[in-house]
Amino acid sequence: MKFTLSWLKEHLDTGATLDEIVATLTAIGLEVEGVENAADKLAPFVVAEVLTAAPHPQADKLQVLTVDAGTGEAIQVVCGAPNARAGLKGVFGAPGAYVPGSDLTLKVAAIRGVESRGMMCSVRELELGEEHEGIIELDADAPVGAGYAAWAGLDDPVIDVAVTPNRQDAMGVHGIARDLAAAGLGTLRPVEAPPIAGTYPCPIEIRTDDPEGCPAFYGRVIRGASNGPSPAWLQRRLKAIGQRPISALVDMTNFITMSYGRPLHVYDLARLHGAIVARRARDGEQVQALNGKTYTLDPSMTVIADGREVHDIGGIMGGEHSGVTEATTDIVIECAYFDPEHIALTGQKLALVSDARSRFERGVDPAFVEPGLELATAMAIELAGGEPSQVVRAGTPPLAQRHVDYDPARCEGLAGIAVPEDRQQDILQRLGFTVTRGEVWRVAVPTWRRDIDGSADLVEEIARIEGYDKVPSTPLPRAPGVARPTATPEQMLERSARRTAAARGLNEAVTWSFISDAEAAPFGGAAWRLANPMSEEMKAMRPSLLPGLLAAAARNAARGADSIRLFEIGRRYLDECERPTLGLVLAGPRGPRHWGGGHGAVDAYDAKAEALAILAAAGAPPGSLQVLGDASGSYHPGQSGRLCLGPKTVLAEFGTLHPRIARAFDLDGPVVAAEIFLDAIPAKREATGHMRAAYAPAALQPVKRDFAFLVPADLPADRLLRAVTGADKAAIVAANLFDVFTGESIGEGLKSLAVEVTVQPADRSFTDEELKAISDRVVAAAAKLGATLRS
Amino acid sequence: MGSDLERLKSDWLGRIGAAADLPALEAARVAALGKQGAVTGLLKTLGAMPPEQRQVEGPRIHGLREAVAEAIAARKAALEEAALEQRLATEGLDMTLPVAPAPEGSVHPVSQVMDELAEIFADLGFSVATGPEIEDDWHNFGALNFPENHPARAEHDTFYFDRAGADGHPMLLRTHTSPVQIRTMQAQKPPIYVIAPGRTYRSDSDATHTPMFHQVEGLVIDRGITLGHLKWTLETFLNAFFERDDIVLRLRPSYFPFTEPSAEVDVGFHMEKGRRVLGGSDHWMELLGSGMVHPRVLANCGLDPEEWQGFAFGVGIDRLAMLKYGMDDLRAFFDGDLRWLKHYGFRALDVPTLSGGVGA
Repeated sequence: MKFTLSWLKEHLDTGATLDEIVATLTAIGLEVEGVENAADKLAPFVVAEVLTAAPHPQADKLQVLTVDAGTGEAIQVVCGAPNARAGLKGVFGAPGAYVPGSDLTLKVAAIRGVESRGMMCSVRELELGEEHEGIIELDADAPVGAGYAAWAGLDDPVIDVAVTPNRQDAMGVHGIARDLAAAGLGTLRPVEAPPIAGTYPCPIEIRTDDPEGCPAFYGRVIRGASNGPSPAWLQRRLKAIGQRPISALVDMTNFITMSYGRPLHVYDLARLHGAIVARRARDGEQVQALNGKTYTLDPSMTVIADGREVHDIGGIMGGEHSGVTEATTDIVIECAYFDPEHIALTGQKLALVSDARSRFERGVDPAFVEPGLELATAMAIELAGGEPSQVVRAGTPPLAQRHVDYDPARCEGLAGIAVPEDRQQDILQRLGFTVTRGEVWRVAVPTWRRDIDGSADLVEEIARIEGYDKVPSTPLPRAPGVARPTATPEQMLERSARRTAAARGLNEAVTWSFISDAEAAPFGGAAWRLANPMSEEMKAMRPSLLPGLLAAAARNAARGADSIRLFEIGRRYLDECERPTLGLVLAGPRGPRHWGGGHGAVDAYDAKAEALAILAAAGAPPGSLQVLGDASGSYHPGQSGRLCLGPKTVLAEFGTLHPRIARAFDLDGPVVAAEIFLDAIPAKREATGHMRAAYAPAALQPVKRDFAFLVPADLPADRLLRAVTGADKAAIVAANLFDVFTGESIGEGLKSLAVEVTVQPADRSFTDEELKAISDRVVAAAAKLGATLRS
Repeated sequence: MGSDLERLKSDWLGRIGAAADLPALEAARVAALGKQGAVTGLLKTLGAMPPEQRQVEGPRIHGLREAVAEAIAARKAALEEAALEQRLATEGLDMTLPVAPAPEGSVHPVSQVMDELAEIFADLGFSVATGPEIEDDWHNFGALNFPENHPARAEHDTFYFDRAGADGHPMLLRTHTSPVQIRTMQAQKPPIYVIAPGRTYRSDSDATHTPMFHQVEGLVIDRGITLGHLKWTLETFLNAFFERDDIVLRLRPSYFPFTEPSAEVDVGFHMEKGRRVLGGSDHWMELLGSGMVHPRVLANCGLDPEEWQGFAFGVGIDRLAMLKYGMDDLRAFFDGDLRWLKHYGFRALDVPTLSGGVGA
């Protein structure tokens, strides 16, 4: 909401400075987003008269002028404007002046051999408009030497206020003035809208057939007007706030919209046929709006139409066809009350923003329909003449008086500011509330504050006018002693997983939750897709963390990174819920090339190692984890697996990325990945305190025995290790696979697995016989899997 | 006899001293002290001697044996030392060769700042709450007192899904962390002291806005809580977070449907080397939105507004990170560029603690 200082002062009698006004606006909740004064940049430019104009000796299109800028000397200026002539008064900039529209600073220069000591300016050069046909021509009585901006009335700061969606009253200068007056910055000038008697019955029928969308439709006709350009002061006002002056009658409606937050519409009576009616649009009905665009309407929308067609998207934008022109003589002024919810819905559906919509959807003052029409009538007649008809009042605006019960103690109780009761009453009354004091106050809400409906709202009104800077800083109550831990087990698990991954040399990334359908497809596709995405690349909620990480890996590879280790903790968005997950991607060599070797390309075992380490840190029991096949299709079918607690509980997947997916993500080299399903990790059992089990190291040394088994080539090594460990649960404490070998010497379809078995004696050493018995059990257990001892 | 032993002794000592290596020394040891050795042979003669003679000869022969044995041990030590010296001389390595580098991991600034927030607010008695990012209309808007079709909704640039929720409204991506207020108040009885950090989404994109960003919500519901407690909490939190004691806040009246009164909070800053540094009141910038929880929101969650009241605030985590650690482009947060992650990331062991300071 923009307005100028002089505009404000028409509504507020104040001696306050601009700075005080700006500071107060922000302090009372009308945040000033900017203050601009066109006069600041025009300061160097003065009114000047052209004394002589002669042809330039070297150039046909240039003239050599002498100019009187009030300095007492005749200044020589070379000028290319066709309208430059002796006797013309214009706007002069001396050397040193910055010309805003041309972005240059004037200096003494020779133009085609003739010295020029300044410039006579065009409208565009001073950023006062687009015209650039010639230099500015001022009235003959303009005082030579005077500052141009002040003389032209341009020394009027424009204040831009961000009005929050609840403040219907601040959508007009008058309402802003009321707030400032309440804050002690002057006196609000009352609105004077005396009734103007019509001299004849309104010649057109006006009615509302849609009491829901348009409860009140007031209007009247003015006959015999002549609609020319609006006066300079009005054009200046509108231009200052960024609006284009159109004609006296249109500018009048815009002026009243801005002054009082009261939108209006003016129709050309000659273009209307039959009654003018507020009604619901018919399905598919179309209207060409004043912005030149055609809108297709539906029956949820309220329109103003005559017997033939729609002329106005009610409360949002008028139609092109029946708008007033310079030729218009007879007009209909519409001053209606449209329902805010209907306006908001229609505006959203049509994606149409206008000054009218932004006011009607906040709600206009239902008590200001009649005064609005009278103000419009008076101004129309003042600017364009004509004779008014009697007023037609179709329907009634919603005027039910609303009250709020208020306990003045609530102000300190909620806002923390102690404000005396008399002061509270004074603030409320300045804002237009009527206060009836009693044990509980009965406060009548003004018609322009539909946002107020409870005592908390009144506290805010009092607090904002009294000043939020008076809110005391009050410590929260604090429990005695040291702060108690607050993190949940899930949060602790996530922290452990994150810091373990980082400690293992993985870099945490945060990637978008939404990806493209194409990226989601190989990971099972998205269960959730946006209806209004920013782009196709950000449409599908990720079913896996890998696509985002792979895309990041590819970007890094494209930048020349060669050893990529990324992880992310975030959610997968599945059909039924969001699941916290840690994803990781390793790509390229394990590290930079090194003289000591040992840095080959990453493989599936690297992914497994990371997954196991992070799972262990997150509290998964490492001994109980089993690798099962059948990782999802995004992995290499022969180089991937699931880490499970039993067949049903999958804690993680890991492996080499499926080559087809790697290619789809433009990743050339080896890529391995893992996803850890953090919410599948079983919670640690209820702790029994911090006490550990008693310390009881084995008294005797463990004994180690090596076994080399020949097993079928497709036997998972893990099965052999489990069989070996289970051969004597009391004695065998570990089985460590230390060699895997395949080759011709072993035989077709076989491989050699060498296992170091650790047996732990309890209270006495094993005898040779006992050791042999244990060995026999190990061999027998392995034999059940088809393993034989390698000779 | 005595001079014989003396001669023998000097012979053996000479021979031992001349042993050039360990095998030669071993040969000398066997020749002197082995079973058939010369000294061993002399010892054997003691048994056949009459006692008087043995008393004289015994110590002398034993003396010879000890002298020889000592000489062998000394020579052995010398030879071994020489051998070690020689080996060491051949075992030199170029200690300037670079070692294999271990990969350097890092924690993302957003995660780090979330941990910092949790640490600070834990000290103030707040726990951490969470909620879904795919929300229904009621939790994101309705329960938070956004009237249907109200312009306040339009300001949120909401992402909607092509699926409707149970209430028939399309499901949406939460536009703020405030739905967690609703879920928390529904799930637990006051007093409530929580923060809720997490991902939030709005359809907006430039250097300071991304369609996905992070917010932390604060919520206190108790008896007798006022705007003054909100102000103190924010001041206390920001002083702790930025590890300063000169943070100045300015509360401005504003509007959020779910708070009443509502306050936009500006924080004072000054310039240091061309960068904004919080503290003082040379300039102001908007930092966060806040207010007293609207009575209707309390009622929507089944709480009696006559009994309970409290405050809520929401602040951008990415923005806090940028202000504290100096990043200037929000978009880089979500690009996964390893150079950025290593530059702005944190080491695994940089765990924020109150004793060590929450910043790293």
